[in-house]
Amino acid sequence: MALLTVKGLSVGYGSQVVAENISFEVNTGDYLCIVGENGSGKSTLMKTLLRLQKPVKGEILTGEGLKENEIGYLPQQTVVQKDFPASVREVVLSGCQGRDGFRPFYSSDDKKRAAENMEKMGITDLAGKCYRDLSGGQQQRVLLARALCATSKLLLLDEPVSGLDPKVTAEMYTLISELNKEKVTIIMISHDIGTAINYADHILHIGDSVFFGTRDEFLGSKAGKFFLMMQSRDAGTFTPPKTRKTMKKEDDVNG
Amino acid sequence: MDKLAFYLQYPFVRYALIVGVLISLCSSLLGVTLVLKRFSYIGDGLSHVAFGAMAVAGVIGLSDNMIIVMPITILSAVLLLRTGQNAKIKGDAAIAMISVGALAFGYLIMNIFSTSANLSGDVCSTLFGSTSILTLNAGEVWLCVVLSIVVVVAFILFYNRIFAVTFDENFAKATGTKTDAYNLIIAVITAVIIVLAMNLVGSLLISALVIFPALSAMKLFRSFKSVTICSAILSVACALSGMIISILAGTPVGSTIVAADAVVFGVCCLTGTVRGSVIK
Repeated sequence: MALLTVKGLSVGYGSQVVAENISFEVNTGDYLCIVGENGSGKSTLMKTLLRLQKPVKGEILTGEGLKENEIGYLPQQTVVQKDFPASVREVVLSGCQGRDGFRPFYSSDDKKRAAENMEKMGITDLAGKCYRDLSGGQQQRVLLARALCATSKLLLLDEPVSGLDPKVTAEMYTLISELNKEKVTIIMISHDIGTAINYADHILHIGDSVFFGTRDEFLGSKAGKFFLMMQSRDAGTFTPPKTRKTMKKEDDVNG
Repeated sequence: MDKLAFYLQYPFVRYALIVGVLISLCSSLLGVTLVLKRFSYIGDGLSHVAFGAMAVAGVIGLSDNMIIVMPITILSAVLLLRTGQNAKIKGDAAIAMISVGALAFGYLIMNIFSTSANLSGDVCSTLFGSTSILTLNAGEVWLCVVLSIVVVVAFILFYNRIFAVTFDENFAKATGTKTDAYNLIIAVITAVIIVLAMNLVGSLLISALVIFPALSAMKLFRSFKSVTICSAILSVACALSGMIISILAGTPVGSTIVAADAVVFGVCCLTGTVRGSVIK
């Protein structure tokens, strides 16, 4: 039994289906990237996986002893957080809450866990700082540490690098792959197929056609070939480390 | 000083001070959360609902109008806060709609069925709470004490959950916190505080009690805990000094407290800006 099995899933709001016929499996240690165009239902799928909304059709099964609340989540920033007065320590600690049941306060275990995860993300020296005063990359590290407090098994990342500059983006991706090497299973949403091919070992493409398979299978598929074609047309040659998106960003920085 | 000591001999003045301190404490605790959740105006909206409910209670002829005011206000709070995230009518519009609607119906009902000779006086005192805090009896004070204790204890017990739900509701929900239940608790506590606070400052000025201390504290502090504690202290200090000034100078209680809150906010703004520019 895989960590997460999705069978014939349709997601959407109410009766309006955004994406349908999605089936895939995630095993421990996998790095799955969900790609698709804007509006193809990536975020809706993510919310359904997190059980924030009900699936329209199909089922989501967890296995290998994964409990429903053992899914860590790195959400996109909300408006509320932009001026929220909270210290980094408070934000990271709040990740421990799901496991606390009805206990009203944090245990010393929780505090230790939070300290370890802050160390891991290299934000220990920021612990007393205010979340809203941090840079975008630092904020993402804080939220990642919080997600790790909730679980060390499965992380769902929703566009973790949106709004970050190329250097911080690269750091963020390295950080995520390091976590993956420590047997943390990663499911990441991205509209950036280039990165997906670089880092992930499995790809789920949703949109007009649904594709699920390993990275190599994706490169051989119709959607993958189309992508490669686009890339070689843009760049002249196929250079995986640089994608259309990051190159454009670099141009912006240079120009 | 002598004048103050003279007034303190009267039980109703002591009652007013006790109730004032308790209400300002409770409202400031919830204020931080409400302001951050973008529900600053809920105080105003709910107090108008309470005003409408009071009018209905008055017409029916209930002697103890809490029986009808409290449930109706709690119900509205639950509806407003629960539908906040995914509602068809967004939070601010829903609050505005309920607030204005309830105010209009309340005044209409009072006008049609009124038995009182001084209608506009009645309405004015409900809206601005000009005298009601000085006419409290021992029973009402006890009710207020008990409810305040419940609110403070609930707030301390659920402090971490309230933080999580306010900071990032989706994350909290995804990791197994029962966010709906905590939103419900926040809504109920908010409604209770607002009904209590109507006695102190009246319908129109409740928002000030909720918003000002929180905003002032946010200018000065940078962590959730220190902001909450600071806003509680500021709120109690303002309520106390506002009431004492109003007793000594004979000004209306509610507006004096709010004026004190506004002055403190100005000072905090200035301090925050000066400190910010020094650090930079």
